[in-house]
Amino acid sequence: MLTHIRPALVLTALFTLLLGLAYPLAMTGIAGLAFPRQAGGSLIERGGIVVGSELIGQSFASDRYFWPRPSATGPDAYNASASSGSNLGPTSAKLRDTVAANIAKLRASGVTGPVPADAVTASGSGLDPDISTEFAHVQAPRIAAARGLSEKDVWDLIAEVQEGRLMGFIGEPRVNVLKLNLALDKLQG
Amino acid sequence: MSFVGWLQIAALFLAVLAVIKPLGLYMARVFQGERTFISPVLAPVERGFYRLAGVDDQREQGWLAYAFAMLAFSIAGFVSLYAILRLQAFLPFNPQGFTGVAPDLAFNTAISFLTNTNWQNYAGETTMSQFSQMAGLTVHNFLSAASGIAMAMALTRAFARSKAKTLGNFWVDLTRATLYVLLPLAIVVTVVFIAMGLPQTLGASITATTLEGAHQVIALGPVASQEAIKQLGTNGGGFFNVNAAHPFENPTALSNLLNIFAMLSVSAALVYTFGQMVGERRQGWAFLATIAILLIVGVGVVYWAEAQGNPILTALGLDASGGNMEGKEVRFGQSASALYAAVTTGLSDGGVNAMHGSLTGLGGLVPMFLIQLGEVLPGGVGSGLYGLIVFAILAVFVAGLMVGRTPELLGKKIDGREMKFAMLAVLILPLAILGFTAVSVMIPAGVASIGTPGPHGLSEILYAYSSAAGNNGSAFGGLSGNTPWYNATLAIAMLLGRFAYVIPVLAIAGSIAAKVRAPASSGTFPTHGPLFVGLLIGVILILGGLQFFPALALGPIVEHFATLAGQTY
Repeated sequence: MLTHIRPALVLTALFTLLLGLAYPLAMTGIAGLAFPRQAGGSLIERGGIVVGSELIGQSFASDRYFWPRPSATGPDAYNASASSGSNLGPTSAKLRDTVAANIAKLRASGVTGPVPADAVTASGSGLDPDISTEFAHVQAPRIAAARGLSEKDVWDLIAEVQEGRLMGFIGEPRVNVLKLNLALDKLQG
Repeated sequence: MSFVGWLQIAALFLAVLAVIKPLGLYMARVFQGERTFISPVLAPVERGFYRLAGVDDQREQGWLAYAFAMLAFSIAGFVSLYAILRLQAFLPFNPQGFTGVAPDLAFNTAISFLTNTNWQNYAGETTMSQFSQMAGLTVHNFLSAASGIAMAMALTRAFARSKAKTLGNFWVDLTRATLYVLLPLAIVVTVVFIAMGLPQTLGASITATTLEGAHQVIALGPVASQEAIKQLGTNGGGFFNVNAAHPFENPTALSNLLNIFAMLSVSAALVYTFGQMVGERRQGWAFLATIAILLIVGVGVVYWAEAQGNPILTALGLDASGGNMEGKEVRFGQSASALYAAVTTGLSDGGVNAMHGSLTGLGGLVPMFLIQLGEVLPGGVGSGLYGLIVFAILAVFVAGLMVGRTPELLGKKIDGREMKFAMLAVLILPLAILGFTAVSVMIPAGVASIGTPGPHGLSEILYAYSSAAGNNGSAFGGLSGNTPWYNATLAIAMLLGRFAYVIPVLAIAGSIAAKVRAPASSGTFPTHGPLFVGLLIGVILILGGLQFFPALALGPIVEHFATLAGQTY
C-alpha cells in the first residue's frame, strides 16, 4: 500500500493542475478570442443597455408583452442565479392547484379553447426562454388590444420570430419570448 | 409520439453507431500501449507524469495491487476535493464570495464526484466558487471516469490473456485514459459547446435590465469546459442546479443531441474496445445489441408515457397534444426529453434535461428501472462494461446449468470462485437501494424530506438510493436531500455501489486472468449469437430488475393508476 502513496498524491496534484486549471483556463482563453458573444452569455443589448440573454427567459407581466411560461424559481420567477423546476410529481395536489390557477389567469386574460400545455406548466429550468407557437397565438388578441395593433400584425410578427425544427427534425418549433417582445417594441418604434 | 420525434431519436443512435468502431479501435490502441496519432504531443507529458510520480510504466500489477492503487488514488482524490470545498472561501476564483461548503454537504459531494455519481445535493450557482467548479469538480469528472475505464481494461485483459499473473498498471491506465481519451475529446466538445452558446468565462454574473425595468442577475461561469467532461465521463453533475435543463448548459436542440452523443459514445465504444482486445469483435457487437434493444425500448416507453400528458391536468382543460410539459423545456419537447431521460439512466450519467420527478408515473418508472438494472446500458464509462461482463458471466452460468456443462466465457472456464464474486457484486445494489429505502420510509428524518406525498414520496426516496448506489446522480428532485441523514446515507450508498462492486470484479479479473484460454470447441456455447443476446437480456431483466418490482409497484405503478383515477395527494 505504501508504494501507492507517492503516485496517488503526485498524480492527484498534477491532474488538478492540468485538468482543473490549465484546461478550463485555456478553454476560457480560446472562448474569449473565438466566440466572445457566446462565452459571455449571449447577451442582448438595446440602446447600450443589457436587456437580458437570448438564452435565458425573463418575467413579463404587462398586457403589452407576451408572457413566458410559469417559472418555479425562488424567491421570484425567472431568477437566473438560482435555477429550479417545481419538482412536483404528477399526482401532486399542489401541482394541480397551481396549474388550475394558471389556467384561471389565462382565461381571465381572454384565452378561450384548449390551453397549450407549456402555457401553464413550469419549465425544468425555471428559465425557459421559449414558448410554443400555440401559446404565442392565444396571447395575440390580448397584445393586439393592449397595443392598438391588428391581430394579423401580431400573428405576422410571431411568424417572423418563430424558429422551426433544425433540418426539419431536430428539436421543437418555438418562439423566443424576449426576441418576440423586442420585435414588438421595435414595430411601434 | 410523432414520426419526426422518432426520426430525431434514430439520428442520435445512428450517429453513435457510426463512431463506435473508430473510437473503440482507437481506445484499444491506447490501452495496449501502442502509439497513436497524438502520441508526439502527449507522450512527453505522459513520461513526465510517470517520472514525477515515480511510476514504472513497464511494471504490471496483479489484481490486488491494482485494487490498492485504485483505492489509494480514490482516497487522495477524496481528501483533496473535500479540502477544496471546505476551504473555497480562502481560495482564488471566488467572485461571488461563497463561504466554505458545510461538512456534511462537502462529504456527500466529494464522495459523489469520486464515485462518478455526481449526485447534486447542492445548487451549483449558489454554492460553488469557480475554483471549486474547476479545480474540484471538473478534475474529478475526468478522474472518476478514467479510473472506471482503467478497471474495465483490467477485466478486459483478464479475458485477453492466458495464464497471466498481472492485469496491467493502474497508474498507466489512469493516465492514458485521461490524456489520450478524455482530455482530447473534452477539448473538441468544449469548443463546439461554446460555439453553440454555452458560456465559458471567469465572470460570475451579469446584471440585465429587463424590458419591464426589473433587474435580472444572470449567473455565468466556466460552464462549457465542465459540461463537456460531465458528459464524456458519464458524470452528470451540472454546473447549475437544474443541470442540462438550464439553457446555459444546453441551449438548443442540437446541443442537446451533442450532450447525449457525448455521454453515450465513449461508453458504447468501450464495449467495442473489449471485443477488439479479447480478439472477438463479435462479442463486442453482441453486447452492443443487448444494450441497444433494452435502451431503445426504454426510450420508447418514456416517450409514449410522456406524450400522453398527465390526465389530472388534462381534466383541467389542458391541451393533451402537448404531452406532459411540467418540468420540461419547450426547445426539447417530448421526444428529446424522453431520449435524454432514458439514455442518462441507462448510462450512469445522471445529467437531466427535464425534471425526472415531474415525469408521469410510467415515464418516471423507466429511468428508475434502468438504473436498477445495474447501469449496464451501456453504463458509466468503464463501470458499465465491467457490470455487463458480470451479467455475461451469470448468463453463461445459467446456460451451463441448463445443458449441464461447465460454463465458459471467451474460452475461460467460470468456476465457483468467479460465481461467488459475481453474486457478491450484483447483490450490493439491492442491499443498498432497498435497505436504505426501507429505513428512510420508517424514520422521521427520512420522511420529512419528501416533496410530493403519497406513492410519489416513496418513489422519491427509492429513486434517490437507486441513483446513489447505481452511481447515476439524477434525482426525483422533490426530495430535499441536503440533510444530515440523506447526505450521509446517500454517500454510503454511493461508496457501496462503486467500491463494494468493483473490488469483487477485480478479484474475478485476477482469477480469470490466471486461467488457460481454451479454444472454442463444438461443445462451446457461442456467446455472440442472438441466443446469447436473448439470454443476457433475460438475466439482466430478471436478476437486475425483478427484485425491485415490489418496490416499484408501490411507487411509480400505483402513481400511474392514481393519475388515471384523478387522485392527488
